[in-house]
Amino acid sequence: MIARLRMIGRSGLNVLQVFGRSGAFVAQSLIGVPNLKRALPLFIRQLYAVGVLSLPIIVVSGLFIGMVLSLQGYTILVDYGSEQAVGQMLALSLVRELGPVVTALLFAGRAGSSLTAEIGLMKATEQITSLEMLGIDPLRYVIAPRLLAGFFAMPLLVMIFNVVGVWGGYLVAVDWLGVYDGSFWSNMQNSTDFYSDVMNGVIKSIVFAFAVSWIAVFQGFDSVPTSEGIGRATTKTVVYSSLAVLGLDFILTAVMFGDF
Amino acid sequence: MRMRTLELSVGLFMLIGFASLAVLALQVSGLSWAPEKGSYTLYASFENIGGLTERSKVTVAGVTVGRVTKITLNKETFSGVVEMAINAEYDNFTADTTAAILTAGLLGEKYIGLISGADEELLKNGAMIEDTQSALVLEDLIGQFLFNKVNE
Amino acid sequence: MRKRKDDMADQVDNIVEVRGLSFMRGDRVIFENASFDFPRGKITAIMGPSGTGKTTLLRLISGQIKPDAGTILVNGQNVPELTRNELYEMRRTMGMLFQSGALFTDRTVYENVAFPLREHTNLPEAMIRDIVLMKLQAVGLRGARNLMPSELSGGMTRRAALARTIALDPDMIMYDEPFAGQDPIAMGVLMELIKLLNQALSLTSLVVSHDIHETASIADKLYVISEGKVIGEGAPKELMNSESPLVRQFMQGLPDGPVPFHYPAQDFEDDMLGGES
Repeated sequence: MIARLRMIGRSGLNVLQVFGRSGAFVAQSLIGVPNLKRALPLFIRQLYAVGVLSLPIIVVSGLFIGMVLSLQGYTILVDYGSEQAVGQMLALSLVRELGPVVTALLFAGRAGSSLTAEIGLMKATEQITSLEMLGIDPLRYVIAPRLLAGFFAMPLLVMIFNVVGVWGGYLVAVDWLGVYDGSFWSNMQNSTDFYSDVMNGVIKSIVFAFAVSWIAVFQGFDSVPTSEGIGRATTKTVVYSSLAVLGLDFILTAVMFGDF
Repeated sequence: MRMRTLELSVGLFMLIGFASLAVLALQVSGLSWAPEKGSYTLYASFENIGGLTERSKVTVAGVTVGRVTKITLNKETFSGVVEMAINAEYDNFTADTTAAILTAGLLGEKYIGLISGADEELLKNGAMIEDTQSALVLEDLIGQFLFNKVNE
Repeated sequence: MRKRKDDMADQVDNIVEVRGLSFMRGDRVIFENASFDFPRGKITAIMGPSGTGKTTLLRLISGQIKPDAGTILVNGQNVPELTRNELYEMRRTMGMLFQSGALFTDRTVYENVAFPLREHTNLPEAMIRDIVLMKLQAVGLRGARNLMPSELSGGMTRRAALARTIALDPDMIMYDEPFAGQDPIAMGVLMELIKLLNQALSLTSLVVSHDIHETASIADKLYVISEGKVIGEGAPKELMNSESPLVRQFMQGLPDGPVPFHYPAQDFEDDMLGGES
């Protein structure tokens, strides 16, 4: 009994320790004024790696999700004779929920895992230590640009996902199923508010971006520098960031759209 | 050269991202660039607001002129007081304007419909509309119907 | 301070002095009250069986990890007590050659060597080019400057990494197993380079290795460590004929001796006849 209690206590302490360590780690990499001339090329390179390279998967999944939403919504709404409301349903579900959440999950799988693997590999091949030995702080040089690129790229990806999704939904509803496009758009515009829907979605995406990039970069830096360790760290990144995104999404939704 | 194509694609990516935000704002949420004309406040007190919520539309003849900003309860009369922000452009409601809580379709959202009267005097900022018609509550309707049946 | 004066009196100037070093990893003792002196301008080698903490010693000296007890003076500064910034400042005066080379895989050889120059100096591009080519010439890789690290052989990788290490003209270079896994030619080249650089740039070199013959032939001074303690210290020739059987076993590469051939086990005959136990 006491042994079990001790075990619970110890694992609790371990969790706290990881949080503390990773918090200090982020703080240390982001605090301080960067040298713009040197930091900017690094930042752009990372923005390419996490942003531009994630575009194809984001665009394709956005398109399909928009199309599926439209199709499903139509088949339900047509029973009530209100199929023009498909525009409203599509826009609200994309902008509020699916855009930020699905993008964050895809981002964790595509960019997060490769961030972890890359940093883990740099650690395993002693590149991180070698930076330290050359008198260059790897937190500032390797970690900070990757974190910032993640924060920056994800909200943009969410926007792109939303627009492509609405377009895909439009294609299915209007061009295929024959919903009148005037009421499709007006229904959408009447029900979607820029500040409370679109901007709340943006806020969500920023929070998710922070969570996913943080987890990915920390797991990479904290990984055991062997091929097995890197594999495990990559898995952890995807699992932890997916859980974090879904959990945070519930909290944020409750705060933003719940009536308290 | 490699760095240049990289920078180019990153620039393009950022451009597409921000353009998407603009599309969401204009096409999806119907935000217009026209500067907000400002608004003034009117109040209306209803016996029953039945499902009206904040951000509901306020219309005149089906045209949206404002929206509901706040709903409170008057503790003395136990009536629902609705605060509405009316677009400053429409400043010529007469003092005997009536307000009704209407429903879009049979089960759709609730909104407020205003009908202007013939009075000379106009409603000012912060004025209270007295002549109101409450929301239709289905249960009351059914109750009334049954009561009438019994009386027959 | 008095310590330094004594050394001066002895006419020996040590770039690194380690005193009473203790370090534990978990429950395992890596160092226990060990002391080392690394004289300036000399090649000093640290030798010992695998897993005795040779690489750990280099990491302790460069401040990547902190000891549990003891002082590590580098140019008179106590490394474990330095702040983060002072530590990074100090590391610019030392270089380290890693076992894997640790070249940045996303840059060419030229860019790898130019990297520390670009990060730490504001030299114009033309000057950086001159320095990089000089350093690459020194290790014989001027012609390979446009190759990516993945296109280099193991020995070339180490030479390229060496060029990067000497780019900022450090006072001291630490070599972590420079000969491990190299073919005889590459080994000869690296030995020659270490010796040459030490003379030409008046460097101090610390070599961690278990390749006895190669290391002994270039080192001015040897340390043999085992189980957290220094068991032999002196010039290579002295150690070859050491009194200590353990040092002798290691230096002459004998399979059996104080370090037994067999992992501790019960008696062989009992084990064979005992069946399941």
